[in-house]
Amino acid sequence: MLLGPALVVSAILFSIGVAGVLLRRNAIIIFMCVELMLNAVNLTFVALAQQLGAEGQVIVFFVMAVAAAEAAVGLAIVIAIYRHRDTLDLQHINLLRG
Amino acid sequence: MIQAAFWFLAAVSILGALLCITRKNPVASALCLVLTLFGLAGMFVLFDAHFLAVLQIIVYAGAIMVLFLFVIMLLNAGRPGTPGDMRGTAGKITAVVMGGALIAELFALRRLIPADSFRLPAGMVADLTAQRGAVEVVADPLFHAYLVPFEITSLLLLAAVVGAVVLAKRKL
Repeated sequence: MLLGPALVVSAILFSIGVAGVLLRRNAIIIFMCVELMLNAVNLTFVALAQQLGAEGQVIVFFVMAVAAAEAAVGLAIVIAIYRHRDTLDLQHINLLRG
Repeated sequence: MIQAAFWFLAAVSILGALLCITRKNPVASALCLVLTLFGLAGMFVLFDAHFLAVLQIIVYAGAIMVLFLFVIMLLNAGRPGTPGDMRGTAGKITAVVMGGALIAELFALRRLIPADSFRLPAGMVADLTAQRGAVEVVADPLFHAYLVPFEITSLLLLAAVVGAVVLAKRKL
């Protein structure tokens, strides 16, 4: 009965995450926005799992595991970049730009 | 009652998310994101996913956000006097337009409701949780139908741990 509202909230949270990625230049905050998007999708899975079977909750479990791995590796990369460039600003991290 | 709780949690989550992307200080951003994660955990409870709500708080609000805060403090990113990291006016307009377009697209998709033949009887997952406990509802498919993905996840986590150490260590 709350499926529709949950999908709406999830869409809003996902869009806020996308807007955050486009709005900010700090690498750590962009990571947090990606986590926000993953969480918005988790809400969709949980809301649909209530109506379509508990397998949806298992997918959320996997998403959480992948998010944890992503955060660990991503933050390690941020630390490594900070050591080389002394900045977190993505405007100054453009080594691969042609 | 459930409706009121849901809308309250939804408002808290969206407010936290908006604060997260607008705060200048990364520490404040991270703490606002924690607010959102707690709101989402509350919503998980309303959707009969009690185990996932607990996991959400332990793994996300506990482990992952502590990792974020730890890195922010390690790199001293939130020190006073740092210039803001917002993009300029063009970037702001792009972000708002893209976000708005995405919301419009997702709202259009909202009309797609699952076919009735897929649908379980109302309250079935809640009954299952009451009968077999909140953990077993997730654990039973996880260790039977999804056993191979589960094992692959353990490999992924191992690779992530090794990778994080290799990347972040100054000299091996």
